[in-house]
Order: sequence, then structure tokens, then C-alpha cells
Amino acid sequence: MEIQTTEKKKGGFFESLQNGPATDEFIKGLWRENPVFVQVLGMCPTLAVTNSAENALAMGLATLFVLIMSNLLVSSLRNFIPKQVRIATYILIIATCVTVADYAIQAYSLDLHKALGAFIALIVVNCLILGRAEAFASKNTVSKSFWDALGMGLGFTFALLCLGVVREIFGTGTLFGFPVLPGSFQSWIIMILPGGGLFTLAIWLLVFNGAKERKAKKARAL
Amino acid sequence: MNDSLWFIFINASLINNFVLAYFLGICPFLGVSGKLETASRMGGAVTFVMIIASMSAYGIHALLITINAPFLQLISYIVVIASTVQLVEMFIKKISPGLFRALGIFLPLITTNCAILGLALFQTNKGYGFLESFVYALGAGAGFTLALILMAGLREQLDLADIPNVAKGTALTLLIAGILSLSFMGFAGLGG
Repeated sequence: MEIQTTEKKKGGFFESLQNGPATDEFIKGLWRENPVFVQVLGMCPTLAVTNSAENALAMGLATLFVLIMSNLLVSSLRNFIPKQVRIATYILIIATCVTVADYAIQAYSLDLHKALGAFIALIVVNCLILGRAEAFASKNTVSKSFWDALGMGLGFTFALLCLGVVREIFGTGTLFGFPVLPGSFQSWIIMILPGGGLFTLAIWLLVFNGAKERKAKKARAL
Repeated sequence: MNDSLWFIFINASLINNFVLAYFLGICPFLGVSGKLETASRMGGAVTFVMIIASMSAYGIHALLITINAPFLQLISYIVVIASTVQLVEMFIKKISPGLFRALGIFLPLITTNCAILGLALFQTNKGYGFLESFVYALGAGAGFTLALILMAGLREQLDLADIPNVAKGTALTLLIAGILSLSFMGFAGLGG
């Protein structure tokens, strides 16, 4: 009996994955509505901790974890939370998840915790997480919210990596700590300074805008 | 801490400017810096909330140490900041309806301004006392306002400039912010 029900569930799960809304929720966060490049949300951690690829990856994964946990909790409690105090409730849920992530990173790697500093705690005020809770999880089912969080979180991680990889290669000549450029390369200090983060993000935005423009032009020509 | 109060102020406002060196409060920095007038009002409101939040964070930290529950730090800080913003909103509404209307939507948005939570966390990490925290909050607020006003002034001028389509909007703002951030690095020498 039990096996049957799980099989049924599994079938439904894969079916929804193949032809339907779940994949859509997942894909949209990755590309079409990418939190950093398209929606310009969560800028503080995006710029502050991306001076190396490793930090960027850790920050992205921590945010992904908090985003999934908060989306799951918010969407499963959405019928019990009174409308007037919903924002306060969301912030409390998020703060709890962040505290868990903070202590987990501290236990796993103290060096990483030191490198990211207060920015792990600052995930609480990342507008991306509160934004998804308010705009998506509070109105949709648990499974949909999970896919939404996964897509948005991975999209965020991808954007952070885009920045972190560029800044680390040009700033120190390494990638994830391994040297990738010849020793004669004079590293550009500016890339690991705060200004470099702003410039790198601006250049990525220019690249994406340029691609979009070209696509629109092609569509018009056809 | 042996830092003099003056040094704390200069450090928070110029050398380690919250917006341009720590990237805290980037969202309002990009969002509200379109006009000079709103920018200065926003700066004032944020400075005010910063000072109150910093004072309360000092009290909470002392309380959490005595009851031995440091893991509640983050949760209690954010709750206090959210309720402070609510209180300030009601207070301003009662005392000066004109100012309340002028600030409008910006007041509730201050809750999710990372500069304020960041300020509370940094002052705890640095172990500042009551007076030092107050000066630190004052400096951070002044630095935030300064960055916002500079940015707004630049963007008002740029409205008249001829900008290629690709660079319009966020990309251009980020480039300007990058240049501002580089120029603020010149203050690093002040630290001695």
C-alpha cells in the first residue's frame, strides 16, 4: 500500500517536472528573471563578497539554503499567518534560518566564516529573500515554492560566480586559489577593491544589455 | 578600544564609508539617488534610525550577554530595528505630518536597509561602548547621506547628457558609483 502511494507521488512529481509549471518556476530564476542581472536585487552581498570565486560560491550556497528554507516555511504556513503582521513573520523566519546557516558555516570552516564576516548575518536583509517570500511563497503551494527558491537561489549563485571568477582572475591571477595566468601577469589590484566590484557588475550588465539589444534588433529586422 | 571619538567618526563616514567601501545600503543608494531633494531627506531619515538602532543594539547586546544567549542576537536586532522604524513612523506622523508626507514610502523601506543591521553588527564586533556606538552611528549616517547626495548631484547632471542605449539605467549608475568609490579611497591616508 505504502509503496503504491510513493510510486504515485513519484510519477506525479516527474510528470510535473517534464511538462509543466515546476520546470518553468525553476528556469525563470536561472535566466529570464535572474535576481542579480535582471531584477537587480540583493546587491550588497553581490558586490561585497565576490572578491574571490570561493567566497562567491560559499555566499551563493548559503543564500540558496536560506532561500529554500524560508520559502518552504512561508508557503506551508501561508494560511495561518495574519495579513497585518506577515512581513514581521517572514523576517523572523528568515532570521532563524540565517542563524542556522551562520552557525553551520562557523562549524564547517572557520576561515570561510572570517572571510565572509558579517555578510552571512546580513543575508537577513537581502531583499531577494524577503521579495520571494512576499511575491511568491505567500501565494503558491509548497512544491512550487521549492522550485522557485531553487531556481532563484541557483541564479543568484550563478551571478555571484560570474563576478567572483572575473574579479579573482584579474585581481590575483588565480581561480579557486589555483594560478591560471602566467607569472609575468601583473595583477590588477583594482579588481579586488570595492570599486572593481562595481565596475565588473556594470560591465556584465552592459554585456547582457548589448545581447538583449541585438536580439531585439534581429527580431525587428525579421 | 583606544580610538578617539573623532577618529571613529572620520573612519565611519569617510575612510570606511558604509556605501562605497562596505556596500551596505546599496539598494536605496541606487533607488533613491535620482533627485537631490529626496536623497537628502532619505539620508536624514536613515541617520535618525541608525542612531536609535545603534543605541538599542548596545542595550540588547548587554542583556543577551547577561542571560547567556548570543544566538538570539540576529533575531532580536532585526525585530528591534523593524519596530523602531514603525515607532519613528508613528512619531513623525503625530509630530510633523508635513515631514511624514515628504518621506512617504522611504520610511518603511528603511527596515530592509542593510546599512542599519550592518552598523549594529559591526559595533558589537568592535566592542564599542555606549558613547563610541553613538558616534559610530552618527558617522555612518553622515557618510551614507554624503554618498547619497553626491550620487544624486551627479545623476541630475547626467539626465541632460547623451547616453548610449546599452548603458542606460543601472549599468551607468554602477559605473559612477565605482568611480566615486575609487575617489573615496583617497581618504584612506586620513587614518594614519
